[in-house]
Amino acid sequence: MCLAVPTLIKSIEGDMALAELGGVERTISLTLTPEARVGDYVLIHTGFAISVVDADEAQETLRLLTELAASYPDETNGNLQSTISNQRS
Amino acid sequence: MKYIDEFRDPTLASSLLADIHARAARPVRFMEFCGGHTHAIFRHGLRQVLPPTVQLHSGPGCPVCVTADADLDRAIAMSKLPGVILTTFGDMLKVPGSHGSLQTAKAEGADVRVVYSTLDALQIAREHPERKIIFLGIGFETTAPTVAASILQAEAEGLHNLTVFSLHKLTPPATRAILDAGESRLAGIIGPGHVTTIIGSQAWEFLSQDYHVPCAIAGFEPLDILQAVAALVDMAEGGQPAVVNTYSRSVRPEGNRAALDILCRVFETSDAEWRGLGRVPASGLALRHEYAHFDAVLAFPVDPGPTRQHTGCRCGDVVRGAVEPPECLLFGRACTPARPIGPCMVSAEGACAAWYQYGDIGHE
Repeated sequence: MCLAVPTLIKSIEGDMALAELGGVERTISLTLTPEARVGDYVLIHTGFAISVVDADEAQETLRLLTELAASYPDETNGNLQSTISNQRS
Repeated sequence: MKYIDEFRDPTLASSLLADIHARAARPVRFMEFCGGHTHAIFRHGLRQVLPPTVQLHSGPGCPVCVTADADLDRAIAMSKLPGVILTTFGDMLKVPGSHGSLQTAKAEGADVRVVYSTLDALQIAREHPERKIIFLGIGFETTAPTVAASILQAEAEGLHNLTVFSLHKLTPPATRAILDAGESRLAGIIGPGHVTTIIGSQAWEFLSQDYHVPCAIAGFEPLDILQAVAALVDMAEGGQPAVVNTYSRSVRPEGNRAALDILCRVFETSDAEWRGLGRVPASGLALRHEYAHFDAVLAFPVDPGPTRQHTGCRCGDVVRGAVEPPECLLFGRACTPARPIGPCMVSAEGACAAWYQYGDIGHE
């Protein structure tokens, strides 16, 4: 129910936008995210953007995780990794 | 896909797991409030790779699962009224009420339509001015602003044939109710990422302040959930209880102000009935007086009669995290996704559906 998917805004007309996810385009409402601009990724929930993805925050999170990974070099080819990989779908 | 694939990186997941394994000494129980988290945890096999000291339990974060029988019965009765088109999200269709479901009502001639968005309900209202369109409003803080926005749109367009049966519920009061009940003995809560995108991480500060329970707000990819578990383990192992936001690419401390403004313009808090929790004060959303003409309960008074409980169904205990789905005698036997008895087996976010679909790959 609270599913929301990051989707790229291609164009905006009024408070509606054309957004693209994995090659599929659909019309969404920007009523809840009036700050959204073309080129932003927004999280779409039941046809409405509920937030603009903060690219800097995403980058910072990944940077911290990469730093952490550097302190566990033995794990990069370990069993845990293959377990996670196998569970991906 | 951007912002999905990066947060599934197996190498980064492995180091996070190594970090959790290195530090999770004492046994802890964490609850993921959100049914979306439950499914992500099962789908990615995260229970299997966490240390045996860390147990994850599902919470009440499945709107379909916590909808009370009496409310569902009322929705089904509304769908059978002449001239009505009842619109709803797909998950609600198969949930058994006391006497049938919306799906059986549809089979018997009721005009029940599944919509993806309230925007679709608005469009149906525009296309059928002679019909009465009811939108069955279930969902938490993530969904309620979209419904509020649609009510404002209908008001602006003068669409007077659309009403909403608001069964929206608020997540912090339900979390309080679970902690007050005291039966789940939680050492931390994985906070719902998309609810919190709307209400803001500040809304969870009562957990550490009033209950001394740590909270980590999480997104829905494996790295998001593992980061939250790592933060909770940190706090359980001697850190101070606090609200940690591991989903900062979407969640801000103050939430989404535009969405909250629209939500509060249309709705006000009310007491609400939850499956498993009973009546929880100020945990629901009712239409404000100014928008009472959109209230389906006022527009369509129905009496569906007394509710009939399904003998043996333990959905109420499952949503509180008091039991795991396999502890229910019906699970996987009388109750399956094909023939569900309780809503936790119906909904794509229900704990029983997750256990059934992915099996017990935990270490219990």
